[in-house]
Amino acid sequence: MYKYTEFDTAFLAERNAQFRAQVERRIDGSLTEDEFKPLRLMNGLYLQLHAYMLRVAIPYGTLNSAQMRQLALLAVKWDKGYGHFTTRQNIQYNWPLLRDVPDMLDALAEVGLHAIQTSGNTIRNVTADHFAGAAADELADPRPVAELIRQWSTDHPEFQFLPRKFKIAVTGSPNDRAVTRAHDIGLRMVERDGETGYEVIVGGGLGRTPMIGQVIREFLPRGDLLPYLEAIVSVYNLLGRRDNKYKARIKITVHENGIETIRDLVETRFETLKTAFNGADQALLAQIEPQFAAPDFVAKDTAPYDRAYATDPVFRAWADTNLTAHRQADHAIVSISLKAHGATPGDATADQMRLMADLAAKYAYDELRISHEQNVILPHVARADLPAVHAALKTAGLATANIGLISDIIACPGMDYCALATARSIPIAQEIATHFDALKLEHDIGPLKIKISGCINACGHHHVGHIGILGLDRAGVENYQITLGGDGTEDAVIGERAGPGFAAEDLLPAIERLVRAYLELREGRDETFLDAYRRLGVAPFKAALYPEARDRHAA
Amino acid sequence: MRRFTPKVVTANALLEGDVIYLTADDRWSRRLEEAEVIEDEAIGQLRLLDAQRQVDRVVGAYLADVTASADGPQPVHFREDFRRKGPSNYAHGKQEGAANV
Repeated sequence: MYKYTEFDTAFLAERNAQFRAQVERRIDGSLTEDEFKPLRLMNGLYLQLHAYMLRVAIPYGTLNSAQMRQLALLAVKWDKGYGHFTTRQNIQYNWPLLRDVPDMLDALAEVGLHAIQTSGNTIRNVTADHFAGAAADELADPRPVAELIRQWSTDHPEFQFLPRKFKIAVTGSPNDRAVTRAHDIGLRMVERDGETGYEVIVGGGLGRTPMIGQVIREFLPRGDLLPYLEAIVSVYNLLGRRDNKYKARIKITVHENGIETIRDLVETRFETLKTAFNGADQALLAQIEPQFAAPDFVAKDTAPYDRAYATDPVFRAWADTNLTAHRQADHAIVSISLKAHGATPGDATADQMRLMADLAAKYAYDELRISHEQNVILPHVARADLPAVHAALKTAGLATANIGLISDIIACPGMDYCALATARSIPIAQEIATHFDALKLEHDIGPLKIKISGCINACGHHHVGHIGILGLDRAGVENYQITLGGDGTEDAVIGERAGPGFAAEDLLPAIERLVRAYLELREGRDETFLDAYRRLGVAPFKAALYPEARDRHAA
Repeated sequence: MRRFTPKVVTANALLEGDVIYLTADDRWSRRLEEAEVIEDEAIGQLRLLDAQRQVDRVVGAYLADVTASADGPQPVHFREDFRRKGPSNYAHGKQEGAANV
């Protein structure tokens, strides 16, 4: 893991001191809210419906146990004993007092964490594949370059007032777990003639105008990355629409100007920047890379795992859903579900955080990851240790065997917290999870991603949910639109709107009709919901959602 | 002429961020039932200005629609209902107990 240099530490200390002074000036009345707001946003502090919210970056989703323990400490000392992990590998505290925020930021700095550029029209927290450095399918670990991008983008003088926010995601695997095609810039590490480089995707995004990103460069040599990124962002900075907030994201810039025009402008700018970078970036990367070296994996006999798998059905169910192949055959990647049935998706109590930190220290070479799907990952666990890890997780309500299933729902905070929301998300997620758990159907249903957003901004990624749910305000009542067939992987697809929305009380029965239709229509257990949807198209699922319309046609 | 929808002045408290309401005696209360119900548009604008002037105490003051009832003003929109109550997933915020600012 990356260790802060003296420069990093000094930079963060100075930045936190600046913000402390800004908070003091706001409290004594010498700064108005209009003056203070851009300053607090630059430091991750929002004012939501009921309280302030501090959004802390977890760069590329990586934490060590000391950092996780510090997140727990913040939750206990300055919040209400929990934190909320988000779809962009951040953690949000929902109840800080304004006066306490500078102390929270200082406490974060003690373990090399910050909240810089988790808001505002800047380059946001760089996200990465949550299985980075561990996945069996990985070409290269994306985290060193993600760290390089973090350093380059932090306080970048040219990019502090972009037309709109700007999100970058990186993956080193062909199986895209980082939703790179729905980011302003997505980077996929690829290999060509034995040389590694990047496929550069630009102009993806969800929100009110969902778009799948387009490839601007099929192969960018590794060493050219930062000048090329800088070229893209600087072209966008000049061309992006500042006249209309809803047309200000780079996806609109690309759409309005065409990918060819953008590519030409970027390449021209890149030629200038390439020489200006003069290799300093690569020297820095060379210092960063060794810090992400894989741990010395300890070989262990897998017998304890095999025994538990054969004899303990609860362990087996968990192993079947929550484990992923590790690049070391005698290790596994453990996904810890923060989606216990009926719980708030992505929330972890301080006790749970501490337990996960302890497990990471004891069994996972001191590493944790946060996924954009709002779960926590122990990236390297010897299979021999899995029964002990599972037993420990059970004691804290963290052993739910539902990764990738219908109750592993992404949900934004919605109108329970967010000032932008038009409807609630959390109670919908809770209801769906509880209902399908009671029906004992979720393992039979198999892989199915439900994603819920409480407004058109789509923080809950509903556009790329196999079933997407969008909460809206229709004439003063919460109303939920369903989209079908979305996919956030390397085959990214924006879901199709199924039809008119549902009132909150009608939504759960509609979802159940949809799922039961899938169970009847599928060719077998191997055909997932998404496969069946792709084979059959939207019609039979629409018919299940809107039986009245079907009956009317039949009459 | 269209009838004026009664209003209350609401905002967030600067230090805690909690939802607050302007009372008739110029206090800020955390309870909607204590809010001053404004029945006249011109008075509403004046009271809003009174609120917005208090930059060192409140953030984002605005007028919210209410209906009068025996239990005091009731929110018209569900957003205001959630602001009045707090989140639905935990008994946090106002559900933990109410006191004046």
